[in-house]
Amino acid sequence: MKTILLSGNTALSYAVKQLDVDVVSAYPITPQTTMVEKLSEYVANGELNAEFIPVESEHSALSSVLGASAAGARVFTSTSSQGLLLMHEIMFITAALRLPVVMGVADRAISAPINIWNDHSDIMAQRDSGWICFFAESAQESYDRTIQAYRIAEDDNVHLPVNLNFDGFILTHTYEPVTTLDDDVVLKYAPKKRRRLVLDPSMPMTFGGLGSPEYYFEAKYQAIKALENSLKTIIEADKEYERISGRGYGLYKAYMTEDAETILVSLGSVGGSIREVVRRMRREGLKVGALSLKLFRPFPAKELVEALSKTNSVVVLDKASSPGAIGGPLFLEIQASLKSFGANVPVIDIIAGLGGREIGPDDIRIMFNKGLKVAAEKKVEKILDYVGVYL
Amino acid sequence: MPYKTLKDLSLKEYFGPGHRLCQGCGAGIIARLVTKVAGDNTIIVNATGCVEVATTFYPDTAWGLPYIHVAFENSAAVASGVRAAYNAMVRKGIVDKNPNVIVLAGDGGTADIGLQSLSGALERGDHILYICYDNEAYMNTGIQRSSATPYGAWTTTSPPGKLSPGQKTGKKDLVGIAVAHGVKYAATATVAYLLDAANKIEKALNTPGATFMHFLSPCTPGWRIDTANSIKVSRLAVQTALWPLYEVVDGQYITTVKVPKRLPVIEYLKLQGRFRHLINKPEEVAKIQAYADKLAEKFGYGPIST
Repeated sequence: MKTILLSGNTALSYAVKQLDVDVVSAYPITPQTTMVEKLSEYVANGELNAEFIPVESEHSALSSVLGASAAGARVFTSTSSQGLLLMHEIMFITAALRLPVVMGVADRAISAPINIWNDHSDIMAQRDSGWICFFAESAQESYDRTIQAYRIAEDDNVHLPVNLNFDGFILTHTYEPVTTLDDDVVLKYAPKKRRRLVLDPSMPMTFGGLGSPEYYFEAKYQAIKALENSLKTIIEADKEYERISGRGYGLYKAYMTEDAETILVSLGSVGGSIREVVRRMRREGLKVGALSLKLFRPFPAKELVEALSKTNSVVVLDKASSPGAIGGPLFLEIQASLKSFGANVPVIDIIAGLGGREIGPDDIRIMFNKGLKVAAEKKVEKILDYVGVYL
Repeated sequence: MPYKTLKDLSLKEYFGPGHRLCQGCGAGIIARLVTKVAGDNTIIVNATGCVEVATTFYPDTAWGLPYIHVAFENSAAVASGVRAAYNAMVRKGIVDKNPNVIVLAGDGGTADIGLQSLSGALERGDHILYICYDNEAYMNTGIQRSSATPYGAWTTTSPPGKLSPGQKTGKKDLVGIAVAHGVKYAATATVAYLLDAANKIEKALNTPGATFMHFLSPCTPGWRIDTANSIKVSRLAVQTALWPLYEVVDGQYITTVKVPKRLPVIEYLKLQGRFRHLINKPEEVAKIQAYADKLAEKFGYGPIST
């Protein structure tokens, strides 16, 4: 166990090296580039015994790791923004073919206007592709979750792809001391094994055949159920990881939510800023709390409802929009979860931070004040609002 | 070892019977031949198209080899991944044999939507054999034109009309494109010359790096030909010099099937309903003849003799 100075990007690369990945394929896109640069360096130095495929597009990056995974290799790819959108088609196929591909996503806004800074529009556009979807708050968490991701993806009860989201620049390029595990500990936790259903001439099988209306639904249903059922494996993997490393993350991180009048729910790196504002507002006697969600797919609805049902209002912070809908993607999930499980808590949505617009303490305070108002008045005047947009 | 007669081909079947391709379909013949030459230690990557639809209708499969279909435009990239996986796994002692990796894709999946991923695989020199079965249009979706549709041909999206002769452009030179990437082996082939094709497949598989083969593959419904005529039409394509048979070894073009006495293109066109609207338009036939003459000159085919 040693502590190294790593950025979000290089923390992922370091974990991938320790996981003895066989094939890496990626196409450069800001702000993911330093991750693949590091991986190609590891391969060039012989520190990682893998094939690095310098593909001509993200579409081919995912297609080639899909092929390699189908052949039985442990694989990794990563991308961001437009690149993730270019992968969109193949993301669905990867999940439906039940291939344990692991991908790092340096979350970034989508054109137009072209913008290289962080928001969650890219990954939210992939939410129905059937992948397990994690969000990290730090380089340490990115490192830890990468190791967990392989154990989960390759679990015989799961066999699904995983994407690891960490905010572009905010996490990808910020260096912090990361405590790493020893290589043998990593491989003992996420051991490599030859899967049974692979492209192997000694046991010919057909992958990706045509499913007529008589069979398609069953194939899809099984992939859908596998994603639902993966929650159990995800929780177990995190517990076991905590046992060996002392670090577990759970499905969410709740901060001062027990007696909170209002709880602000977020995804990704903004969680830390929100907790700081909670600390300040609590000193002023304001009962606010924060919940940073770690897992977006499968959506841990029941567990979230338990955490949110006792408060008087919930504010959801969406760093993505769903134009024309009544709220952003995270809001829709949370509102539906609360109502479906009979928790009558008023929920409002705030869209903020699009295209890297900074979400500062004052912005967060505005969000909390809106939540406190709803809690006091017991009614929602405006379901969706925008913070930090100037017109 | 080169094949001297068709009897030298393996008696083992890796493809079918039981596929749902049409009678007289060239692609089925190509799939059977390729797998016989490649043998047991082979993985097939297939682009979306007729072959995929007709051979993998769940719960049936026509494939006796490991087979994967992913999407339309990415079969070269998928094949690169399969190859990379085996390279790494052999090196690490996880598996012991590195198989042949062969792509089968139609002209749409190769010349149009898949050209980018093909270019990537060829440029990187990934050790795969990419085979394009070219039936000269999007046949699986109902005969729409592609960039491999020949000049003048009728398709549902290149219909002849008062203002149009049918397809207005000529065929994309796929072998030329592959050669421009520096591949060590590229070749044309067709189903009427199986021995020539078998030897080319073997050569391609034994050449390191990426290799490319372009097969002319008759499509009986798309070309509007009698199902009994697909081999005959395929042979006429060669004998008229519209589809010369050659290989390119290290950039060197070599004609593999010589045609000392050429037939006029009308012999090829008149058997096919897709050219019916041109038969009585000598000026259009002359354009196609001029194209054949150019190819004949390039590949050393003889003069027309009727």
